[in-house]
Amino acid sequence: MIGFLQHLIDALALGSIYALTALGIGLLFGILRLINFAHGDLITVGAYALIVPAADVTARLMIGSWTPAAVVVAISMIVVVAALLTDAAVFRPLRTASPPTLMIASFAVSYIIQNGILMFYGARPKAVDFWSGANVQITIGALRVPLLQLITLAVTLVLMAALTVFLRRTPQGVQMRAAAEDFRMAQYLGVRGNVVIGLAFAISGVLAAAVSMLYITQSGSLTFQMGVPLALFAFVAVVIGGMGSLAGAVAGGFLLGFIVTMLQAYLPPDLRAFRDAFAFAFVILVLLVRPSGLLPSRTTVERV
Amino acid sequence: MAALLEVENLSVRYGDLMALRSASLSVDEGEVVCIIGPNGAGKSTTLAAIAGGVRPVSGDIRLEGRSIVGRRPEHIARLRLSLVPEGRHIFGTLTVEENLQIGGYMLGDRAAARAGMERLLGHFPRLRERLRYPAARLSGGEQQMLAVARAVMTRPRLLLVDEPSLGLAPRIIDQIYEILLELRQREKLTLLINEQSSARILKFADRIYVLRGGAVQVEGRAADLRDGEAIHRAYFGFGTQDSAPAETAA
Repeated sequence: MIGFLQHLIDALALGSIYALTALGIGLLFGILRLINFAHGDLITVGAYALIVPAADVTARLMIGSWTPAAVVVAISMIVVVAALLTDAAVFRPLRTASPPTLMIASFAVSYIIQNGILMFYGARPKAVDFWSGANVQITIGALRVPLLQLITLAVTLVLMAALTVFLRRTPQGVQMRAAAEDFRMAQYLGVRGNVVIGLAFAISGVLAAAVSMLYITQSGSLTFQMGVPLALFAFVAVVIGGMGSLAGAVAGGFLLGFIVTMLQAYLPPDLRAFRDAFAFAFVILVLLVRPSGLLPSRTTVERV
Repeated sequence: MAALLEVENLSVRYGDLMALRSASLSVDEGEVVCIIGPNGAGKSTTLAAIAGGVRPVSGDIRLEGRSIVGRRPEHIARLRLSLVPEGRHIFGTLTVEENLQIGGYMLGDRAAARAGMERLLGHFPRLRERLRYPAARLSGGEQQMLAVARAVMTRPRLLLVDEPSLGLAPRIIDQIYEILLELRQREKLTLLINEQSSARILKFADRIYVLRGGAVQVEGRAADLRDGEAIHRAYFGFGTQDSAPAETAA
């Protein structure tokens, strides 16, 4: 039982990372119908921004050595700017393009970011010692929980609550929900399309920056492709949850975190190498039962 | 003096289909002008092009003498021109109140927007009762009323309404037209309305354009067209007194 609880906490922490990433992808999909695979590379950008640009294997912290508050602000700003740049340079000129075109463009952005990082930091994975103090274990009864997992869960809950308040209570948030439901109609009512889209990119940047910091603290290593599997899993989470539904993206993220963690824990050792294959098989099962996802967005269903 | 709205030789193409061929019309301040015509005549395209939602291949659209062709819809909305599109396009997951608020944000003045909403709700008691409901739960007639109220929240001078009667019961349609007339007086609106059927419109409008095949067939004062013959001829391509139409049988 204790073992299962331990795994459950692991699952919540991993699910948090997937959920935050899925929210960033889901938000842009809701408004632009863009499946932004470059979102994972924004996470990579945030992670590499912590260190001195050099090809050394052991990374030296640059921004990462500042006080935590300064790190959070600086990394968030860098990733937000990167996200806004991808919009200005690539997605804005493609505003009237079809969703498949946008998705292909996001692959291009993804490769450009990865190769940019390769140029400045080299291809070899780097070890990085960032906020490693957060990896201490604290004991709750018979449970030993890494502090970082609690922080991850707390950060995720705070960001989700903040996003909810933003979407429900602020004029910009209400406009964003309206634009996600019917972009053209929102424009007819004076909602500035590019402002709403820019804001959505900025929010997705903040979410990506949070994942950068949490993920690096846990893994302690950097590679120029580290964001790719995160984007893939988050995209799968968005699909499980129901395309276009933010609550669905979060639910999908946590479900996927749960599945992956439990497979890792309980699969026979010989099969653990195929963990992701089992996880995705489970995803297929979920979609066979609920083809439009766990919490489908009514508007997307109507529009497709 | 220039008309409030002038549309000159407007052509719109969707792929191979010419939806509008060199259509011209004008609306003066304070008028109620109706465009009638069958399905596919180009009525919705005309209104969407005026509101900036569809880009014409040629022609000009002027609001108070200034060309607005090529401007984004959100800019045209700020010139105090508002469109109630066909099919209403209610934000179903938003509450009724949020739907109305969307229309008011553009004003940049919260107090004025709130006062505007309060005044508008006087015309729409049904909406006031349902402010906190998700708009998707409203009936079709209530949704049409919400669509009109939401558009008026932007404080337009010129309101374009695309087929307000679509899919609604006659009693509800009468209510909606009554409200449009009230709003016209209280809010000093100029109205440009699309409809498929002409009977109700003839009582209501100052002037009428009949659109068929993407071109204006007939235009005139509603009073002059009241016998219906000219409209019938324009609408169907043959008159009530003609024998079986040879060209449509082919």
